[in-house]
Amino acid sequence: MDEYYKREDLPKFGEIGKEAPEMAKKYFEYYNEVFSEGELTLREKSLIALAVAHAIQCPYCIDSFTQSCLERGSNMGEMTEAVHVATAIRGGASLVHGIQSRNIADKLSM
Amino acid sequence: MLDVNEKTYEANVDPFHLMLSSHGLNLSRGQTRTLQINVGFVCNQKCRHCHLDAGPDRRENMTRETMLAVMDYAGRSHFDMIDITGGAPELNPHVEELIEKAAAMVPRVMFRSNLSALNSGTRAGLRQVLRAHQVVVVASFPSLNVSQTESQRGKGIFDTSIEALLKLNRLGYGKPGSGLELNLVSNPSGAFMPAAQDQTETRFRRILGKNWGIQFNNLFSFANVPLGRYREWLIRSGNFSQYMEKLASSFNPCAVADVMCRTMMSVSWDGYLYDCDFNLAKGIYMGCEKTHVSEMAGRPETGDVIATADHCYACTAGSGFT
Repeated sequence: MDEYYKREDLPKFGEIGKEAPEMAKKYFEYYNEVFSEGELTLREKSLIALAVAHAIQCPYCIDSFTQSCLERGSNMGEMTEAVHVATAIRGGASLVHGIQSRNIADKLSM
Repeated sequence: MLDVNEKTYEANVDPFHLMLSSHGLNLSRGQTRTLQINVGFVCNQKCRHCHLDAGPDRRENMTRETMLAVMDYAGRSHFDMIDITGGAPELNPHVEELIEKAAAMVPRVMFRSNLSALNSGTRAGLRQVLRAHQVVVVASFPSLNVSQTESQRGKGIFDTSIEALLKLNRLGYGKPGSGLELNLVSNPSGAFMPAAQDQTETRFRRILGKNWGIQFNNLFSFANVPLGRYREWLIRSGNFSQYMEKLASSFNPCAVADVMCRTMMSVSWDGYLYDCDFNLAKGIYMGCEKTHVSEMAGRPETGDVIATADHCYACTAGSGFT
């Protein structure tokens, strides 16, 4: 295997159901329900998904939801802000754990 | 079935006529109600998604003689609507006369504008002619975002478009009860599919209203058609195959019944007839026979076969193209 990530693998996602069809069926039903219009618009859901895709650093999801955002009328400014939201939360999650470290250090220190 | 597709540029999609036949469909004329008149390829803009390759360097422009021949044809054919397009139809010297004659002949006249050509100070007279004849204005306004708009249509176009929309609103266009209809057209600014029309319309109405107080009647969200300058860009940017595959995989058999070529015909700047403006761009004559408007007795027959090629996938993707 020359590469771990290949673009042509994304459309094969459905094949994941070959060995466990019932679980795949339930997952894809749930997925389709999540990505249908609800209290949030499809455009808003795609922007959230794009941010999460960056947080979890999934190249398939980044590809898919970049296209999805554009096709649902978002622009690069909005998409960049969404990525910053993911970055802020991800960075903040590390930083806020600094308090835990400080608490432990305080307890151990004179 | 008339399919005049050239070998598609490295796109791994079935020829359009095979896609139709695999769904048990064919493409033939219903009652032809609309005459679309393309008055020429001259345009003040050079949009990157233009299927006609229109621009300031083009010289093809309808003469008065051809315009009169087209109007004679319209007079003997009793259309419900005349749809005037270009290029930028504002740049044809006979367009005001054309509008006046068309308005006297059919109940509904539509004028497609890129907005910047209509915004010019020298076009105040044309704006009044449109208003006086209650011509429906269909205006290109691809995006609420300056960068997306200008990457597609050129620098400064976003602000100019806003100015033009405000001028049209001041004339009464887009205002409830005025009888002056202003519709917007949004196209994707790249190699991706258009946003859902109803959601886009809601969003554009909210933001144009909030930021500039602009009103309009309807918004149409269309896919870009892989012809002309847009096709060249798709190939150059390495997006062509993927875009064609996306159009083909979005084929909606239910959209076939309502594609615009079933109820309209298109006449080019030199008076020749085509099934639609996209076949005109590709040089595929109506029914694959070169016919001048002066040779036509009346409207095409219901049931006449419509010539197709792979660009037709743009009109059948998702909810279609009208």
